[in-house]
Amino acid sequence: MNFARILAKRLALSLVTLWLLSVFVFAGGQLLPGDVGRAVLGPLADARAVANLNHMLGVDRPLLVQYGDWIGHFLVGNMGMSYIFRSPVAGFVTTALFNSFKLGLVAFVLVVPLGIVGGVFAALHVGRPIDRIISVVGLSATVLPEFVSGIVLIMIFGVWLDWLPITASWPEGAGPLTQVYYLFLPSLPLILVLFGYIARMARAGTVEALDADYTRTAVLKGLPRRTVIWRHVLRNALLPTITVIATQVGYLIGGLVVVEVLFHYQGIGGLIYTAARGKDFPMLEAGVLTVGIIYTVATLAADLLYSLLNPRIRFGGVE
Amino acid sequence: MTDRVAEAPAAVDASSLATARRERLRLLLRSGTFLAGAVIVVFWAVCAAFGTHIAPQDPYADDLLNTLDPPSADHWFGTDQLGRDVFSRVIVGAHDILTVAPLATILGTVLGAALGLLTGYFRGYVDDAVSRMIDAVNALPLVIIALLALVALGTSNVTVIVVIGFVFAPIIARTVRSAVLSERELDYVAAARLRGEGPLYIMFVEILPNVLPPILVESTVRLGYAIFTVATLSFIGFGIQPPSPDWGLAISESYGLIDGGYWWTVLFDAFAIASLVVGVNMLADGIQAVFET
Amino acid sequence: MSLAEARKADASAPAPADTLSVEGLDVAYRVRGRDRQVLRSVSFRIGRGESYGLVGESGCGKSTAALSVVRYLPRNGRVRSGRILVDGRDLLALGESDLRKLRATTVSMVYQDPGRALNPSIPVGDQLAEVFQLQGHAKAEARERSAAMLKRVQIADPRQVMDRYPHQLSGGMQQRVAIAMALAIDPKLLILDEPTTGLDATVESEVLDLVAQLRGEFHTSVLFISHNLAVIAQMCDRVGVLYAGTLVEDGPTQAVFEAPRHPYTVGLLRCLPRRGRRKDQGRLDTIPGFLPPPGVIPKGCVFADRCALADDRCRREEPALVDLGGRRSRCHYHDRAPDMPRATPADQALPQLQAREPVLTIARLGKTFGVHGHAVRALSDVALVLAPGETLGLVGESGSGKTTLARILLGLTEPDAGSAIALDGRPLAGRTQARDAEQIKSLQIVFQNPDSALNRAHSVRRLVGRALVKLARVPGSQRLEKLLALTRAVRLADRYLSARPRQLSGGLKQRVAIARAFAGDPRIVVCDEPTSALDVSVQAAILNLLADLQAERQVSYIFISHDLGVVRYLSDRIAVLYLGRLMEVGPAERVFSGPHHPYTEALLSAVPSLDGRRRERIRLTGEIPSAINPPSGCVFHTRCPRKLGGICEREEPPLAAIENGHEIRCHIPAAELGRLEAAG
Repeated sequence: MNFARILAKRLALSLVTLWLLSVFVFAGGQLLPGDVGRAVLGPLADARAVANLNHMLGVDRPLLVQYGDWIGHFLVGNMGMSYIFRSPVAGFVTTALFNSFKLGLVAFVLVVPLGIVGGVFAALHVGRPIDRIISVVGLSATVLPEFVSGIVLIMIFGVWLDWLPITASWPEGAGPLTQVYYLFLPSLPLILVLFGYIARMARAGTVEALDADYTRTAVLKGLPRRTVIWRHVLRNALLPTITVIATQVGYLIGGLVVVEVLFHYQGIGGLIYTAARGKDFPMLEAGVLTVGIIYTVATLAADLLYSLLNPRIRFGGVE
Repeated sequence: MTDRVAEAPAAVDASSLATARRERLRLLLRSGTFLAGAVIVVFWAVCAAFGTHIAPQDPYADDLLNTLDPPSADHWFGTDQLGRDVFSRVIVGAHDILTVAPLATILGTVLGAALGLLTGYFRGYVDDAVSRMIDAVNALPLVIIALLALVALGTSNVTVIVVIGFVFAPIIARTVRSAVLSERELDYVAAARLRGEGPLYIMFVEILPNVLPPILVESTVRLGYAIFTVATLSFIGFGIQPPSPDWGLAISESYGLIDGGYWWTVLFDAFAIASLVVGVNMLADGIQAVFET
Repeated sequence: MSLAEARKADASAPAPADTLSVEGLDVAYRVRGRDRQVLRSVSFRIGRGESYGLVGESGCGKSTAALSVVRYLPRNGRVRSGRILVDGRDLLALGESDLRKLRATTVSMVYQDPGRALNPSIPVGDQLAEVFQLQGHAKAEARERSAAMLKRVQIADPRQVMDRYPHQLSGGMQQRVAIAMALAIDPKLLILDEPTTGLDATVESEVLDLVAQLRGEFHTSVLFISHNLAVIAQMCDRVGVLYAGTLVEDGPTQAVFEAPRHPYTVGLLRCLPRRGRRKDQGRLDTIPGFLPPPGVIPKGCVFADRCALADDRCRREEPALVDLGGRRSRCHYHDRAPDMPRATPADQALPQLQAREPVLTIARLGKTFGVHGHAVRALSDVALVLAPGETLGLVGESGSGKTTLARILLGLTEPDAGSAIALDGRPLAGRTQARDAEQIKSLQIVFQNPDSALNRAHSVRRLVGRALVKLARVPGSQRLEKLLALTRAVRLADRYLSARPRQLSGGLKQRVAIARAFAGDPRIVVCDEPTSALDVSVQAAILNLLADLQAERQVSYIFISHDLGVVRYLSDRIAVLYLGRLMEVGPAERVFSGPHHPYTEALLSAVPSLDGRRRERIRLTGEIPSAINPPSGCVFHTRCPRKLGGICEREEPPLAAIENGHEIRCHIPAAELGRLEAAG
């Protein structure tokens, strides 16, 4: 069965990618600093303290052993001990992930429909002023660093108008609606960045579908315009957008670092930041690897969804 | 399927060679987005190069008697928490980011183009292995990779350039590779092989000139992203270091103050960043429109 | 007089029997702020049940005419003036919903590349049923009618096909589905825009037969657009010739093609190798000059620049479309057109074919590819011999292996072990890299598509000069001299040396490619469809050039083409390939006149001929089988109309010699074949 084979192949590729990723993260954390103990304690610490720390951390063992140890533990959920907090990293990572998931969900649920509708609408009116406006707005919003838009939004909605809270910490036991209320402002910079990408992809896909021969066939059959667009154009136009949405997860997570710091939210981005600041390598490596895993899984899912929805791939070629 | 080659020639004299290039330039100059972007970028580039001469006051001079003054005739953009003139700081602040980001982009482009040419032309196992590694690197957002690397290497302008450049290389390599893959299928490459040309000649003399447009487009887009990333890294303390008046850095130093209503310490720097990134991306958009036809 | 009679008496009103009436159509495209006129004052009529062909070279505006008739011009296209009456109704004045109704009931279109014309995400059956649902039928009813319609276009198993997606069907099948969709509404007017370009010869003839048959059943009027005069000759009652957006001549097909009355038509017909013409019977004539750049409105006659009959009057005054009694011509001197002097001298020098050692011998050539774990035999047991100065024509449809053969000869692909190729007696290594300089320069190629074959970043001087350096090892001092000699030999003016390919026309680009191939004075040049991407008038010039070069330099050609007329013109010997096997090889005349291999016979009968004589068509059943799973025994037995029986399924016939140099791979002995073919 063609599809099962595709699934297996993609899965295998993803696993290879993940493995390579773990090697890179490990190399980044253990190789780059050269001397981990020195990196943690700083250039002024004395050599013996550094040597002690190195031994305590186990970084004086051969690299392959260290790697095997690390990845082995990671796979069973043991992400090591945090230097700063002196407690298992795994606990922090899981809570942080859950929090980030909530924020990401709010952003996604808002931006995906907005982006698609915006892009398709622009394409349907291509060349006209509204198309240019949507494109330019999308472009401008996308390139603004999240901290820039975040701070401006805080100033407008948080300080001057005082409509929305400027830190994402809601009172204990708050219900989902309150949580969304607190998460709305932090999600806005993320939404701004993602909107441009999604809208652009949706627009490009729609324009291409509108210019295609099969659209001409549909129109020349005498079908009403609405049918042509809904039945013939959209399903071909939006197919490539699906893969783009998966890559947005990457940009989303990147933006989380800044947004969570700005709004004092304990998500995975903020966790990585804290770990970086404190040179907490185990936490940092675990956080980064987790992010990579999430992205790879998202891409895999999008890939499979695309294969499922694209008849060319799902059913083979000429029999 | 054979596409019929139309029999009508364009102008065929020697001077029309230059016309092709001039035509592209003309199209660029007619593009509103390109021009607007160019104006902005040139403005900031001038500030970056000659900032210290243009700025009315010394951006590093403390004046603890006049801290946090709102915008006035003396200080157009007001003063920050150390009494420094914000206007001058904004102008001089362009320098570091417009040094680090372009250098990182150039590094990434050169490495990426070479990598893309090699993997695209030779394919085979090397290509597969490198593609997997590129996938792995792409699984992480740039900011996060940068954080990991900079914690390990220590943060300075040089390390930032190197880290961003090395992370860009695989991304650019991917675009170059796909351009090379499609060029490779064209018959002129086969014709070159049939003359007995070696791989280096084919890659650099035959293929490279034809993939320069995508390389150019990709690197201008990357430049925008580099500026984005450097500003973000500076904001979280892992980019440009104090005492530079860099905008991202300045914002990170002052954003706690907006609660107290001291908006000028942050807003002008934010606007500077916004205008620069939008400008660069408009430039990139204009170039893309002209070179992708 | 009653109103009706008055209307009848009004000569300018179109006869009510006309399905389509185009009057004074002017269409322009807006490019970069300027209007480019694509059609100028085009007028023609198609009566009920009549089939009208619109023929012309690239850029003449024929597709634009088709799109105008359905009112589907691209965003930047406009009808500037003129009237189009479809079934008596003014097309350009229709409102949106009336236009839709017209499209849904009266006019249909089928165009090139059916794979792209069908929506890739919707099963084929649903796309067809949509047409019926639009007419008001319920879903189930629509599906029934769709199945019935598919049967009418000779699709064997409609139910199964209806559930498939377009990419799962072959090109021929896709086009049948498109035709089914078009005819489902029983339209008054069917427009076909190059519907068979890109399809294999045998598939093309099936589709054309289908269209002709259905036209008879449905009594539809047809507007047939093509650049291929032979197809038009076969399919159309009347034909109109377009040149640079102007209709220069029209009339009944046979009349126009046998006795043309416009210099352009005369020139066009002289460019084609007709009636089995061969190079030793004289050169093809050419049309000098170039097409006018798009949008330029010349003063006077649009063809004057290139016309041998043109004088001052032609350049001043645009001729009107003169009615010659059932046909029209837009020329001041239409009566002198058939006697127009030739642009190119008729005498053709020919190479001296002495009995010498063959320049190329191929024995036991095989090539197997591994595709997704399956072994695909692209070539099997091919043996050929090529003499110096000789042209070997390679003929075959897709999957025949002719491209693979060319690639192996050139060293771009390695043949299977056991294959033996020898150049001038010396064995030829499998890969180009392993060959010596002498061998490399002796075997060169002219590719089909000059846009792909010439590096668009290099100038002509560099393109040809580099070949001179690498292949001919010309020292620096002589480089310019040799370069000019070479470009002049291919009749490329000196001023093009600094041009880039993008600035040259198709014919000029191909000349550059030829110059490059001849840089090292090769012994063999492989010509892979060298004229297929060129217009007819340019094709003749290139063929003449190739013949001249062959006479001067005693070079041998391996000439690959799907155009049998061109192959017959240029080739001394012909080899016919089917699914990687050599089916027949022999002197060109022998292969064409017979007795032939059954496949050759079918192929020859499938190709439409300008002369319009409807030969008895040999219909091949089924599709070309897949190379992954070739039929056992003789690979042709699944479609062979002369299949003997079991032996054809079990045993592959050997290549048997009939007379000197003529071999056929068939179980039926030659004499028997001859008798069967004569019987019809």
